[in-house]
Amino acid sequence: MPRSDAGKLSLILLFMPFVLWMALLIVLPQLGVGYLSLREKLGPGKYSFGLANYMDFLHEPVYWNTLLRTAWMSILVTILALIVGFPVAYYIAKIARQRSRAALFLMCLIPLWVSDLVRAFGWIVLLRETGLISGFLQGIGLISGPVELLYNDVTVVVGLVYTVVLFMIVPLVSTLDGMDNSMIEAGYNLGGSRFTVFRRIVVPYAMPGIVAGCIIVFMLTAGSYLTPILLGGKNSMWFTEQIYEQFVTRYNWESGATFGVLLLAFTSFVVWLGLRLTGQSLASTVAKD
Amino acid sequence: MYDLQCERLTKRFGQHIAVNDVSFDVPRGSFFSILGPSGCGKTTLMRMIAGFETPTGGDIRIKGASVLSTPPNRRSVKMVFQHLALFPMMNVGENIAYGLRCRGENKADIGRKVAAVLERIGLPDVAEKQVSQLSGGQKQRIAIARCMVLEPDVLLLDEPLGALDLKLRERMKIELKLLQNQFNTTFLYITHDQSEALVMSDNVAVMNAGRFEQIGSPQELYNSPRSGFVAGFVGDSNRWQGRAVDVADGEARVALDAGGEVIAMTGDSKVAAGSKVEVFVRPETISLGAGADGNRLSGTVDSLLFNGANSRVLVRTAGGNLVEVGHAVMDGSSPVRPGDQAEISWRREHCLCFGVAG
Repeated sequence: MPRSDAGKLSLILLFMPFVLWMALLIVLPQLGVGYLSLREKLGPGKYSFGLANYMDFLHEPVYWNTLLRTAWMSILVTILALIVGFPVAYYIAKIARQRSRAALFLMCLIPLWVSDLVRAFGWIVLLRETGLISGFLQGIGLISGPVELLYNDVTVVVGLVYTVVLFMIVPLVSTLDGMDNSMIEAGYNLGGSRFTVFRRIVVPYAMPGIVAGCIIVFMLTAGSYLTPILLGGKNSMWFTEQIYEQFVTRYNWESGATFGVLLLAFTSFVVWLGLRLTGQSLASTVAKD
Repeated sequence: MYDLQCERLTKRFGQHIAVNDVSFDVPRGSFFSILGPSGCGKTTLMRMIAGFETPTGGDIRIKGASVLSTPPNRRSVKMVFQHLALFPMMNVGENIAYGLRCRGENKADIGRKVAAVLERIGLPDVAEKQVSQLSGGQKQRIAIARCMVLEPDVLLLDEPLGALDLKLRERMKIELKLLQNQFNTTFLYITHDQSEALVMSDNVAVMNAGRFEQIGSPQELYNSPRSGFVAGFVGDSNRWQGRAVDVADGEARVALDAGGEVIAMTGDSKVAAGSKVEVFVRPETISLGAGADGNRLSGTVDSLLFNGANSRVLVRTAGGNLVEVGHAVMDGSSPVRPGDQAEISWRREHCLCFGVAG
């Protein structure tokens, strides 16, 4: 059947870029990193294989504390992004008029036109000791001397929320957009209060978007490098910083690879745990038709 | 005793008046329909009764008490939405239990009531099913059950049959009427489909451009419409333009624009000698062949439209009007063929005319 052959061929051709991308840029490097992490350096050009790198990680509290801290801060950022993003998404999808909807959505996307690095420097311009906010507060006489607003956890969290909140809003808007307004009205009509309608109708309906948004935001945050380094400085103790240090500063690729594998494993574990604790599964939310 | 009363209800959106000075009373336990073309304001009217829109003027009373200051979630008015709005994230039982849980009833009562209402609508085993597993007709009944389990004073239905296919719609009409009898609750039904309104209702209000044209039983609306709009909208009618030649004793002699003259009963007071009028004649009151007394026109048979009991013969009159003639029996016994000369006639009391502006 020539027809189905042509169909098969076009299917293969269409999938090829995706397969190549996955294989060459995701799977292969991960395998390489996994392989490196199991290699122990005994001397110049002499290697053996084992779990020694992983034991090193466990024996050095500073490493796993950094990993835990990164995970915990990422969870916090995810929760804050959800709290900030949900009302925005709800407004865009349900309350705004049809015509202003596109404009609002576009306004959410505008920050993406500016590179991450420039946006992080934007925060620095605002928050540093000689920055705008410090200067303004001195100007109106609220504080007597310059104040350093950079290099603390609050700034890092705020900066991260700002960077990632868009990735929470987009999936939320698209799920909420698909929700029929009469669903909400039916919720009220049958006697639900605002809170009941929100908790029992809006949130369950938006759950696929919430799960998708949270996973994206959490993974992005845990793997982010620029924002924590620039806004947190040496105090940020971000795990990606440790990986960078192992690879670049110490030239210890084995250890860096180990950290990379651990970061992937640990963040995947957190996502799994999050899904279990909230009683969700990928099949019933993100993969739902 | 009236379950629902609306008094001089008005709703404006900017310059546009969606509902204009509408008053009506719905007696307890009756089936009341609001029939009108799309955009006539019937949905706005219903949304005001449900509490989703605030009236610009007038009052809404349920069981005699004004509900204007009552928020939608506290009104004893439940609504079946056009697309039903069943909650997809809950199963059927949870959908029905939702309202009871909002009310804070205890678990045992909720379980008992949900089972009882499912029994009444004839779907006792679906509580554990997902909404998506139900058929169109079943969803319809679940949407009604979800409201009825709360024992509302009034149930609003916003064109709930619109999404169903024709066969199912015919069946659901009868089923809805039976459900209404069974629950003995006041139903307020909104539709643009006249047959739904006529078949199910005790009373029908015909709505046009924000106003009620006429309120009455289906028979009244069909047999003695009080305006040209009602005559044209309810049921099928032949509709001709003409000019009244002279008017006396409730009868008018009308010269049709397309030629010919007919005697018609005057439907409203706007019909005066010399005024422009519209003449309405129902196809089933016209017969082929010359009648003893009354109106007659001659022409040629244009075509035969077979539709079982609703079959029609189209006759083109000498003046060019195309007249629909009811002709239920279309077998060998009625040798009418396109191109035949035909005489059509009807009694003058079956012919109504209404004045038109201009």
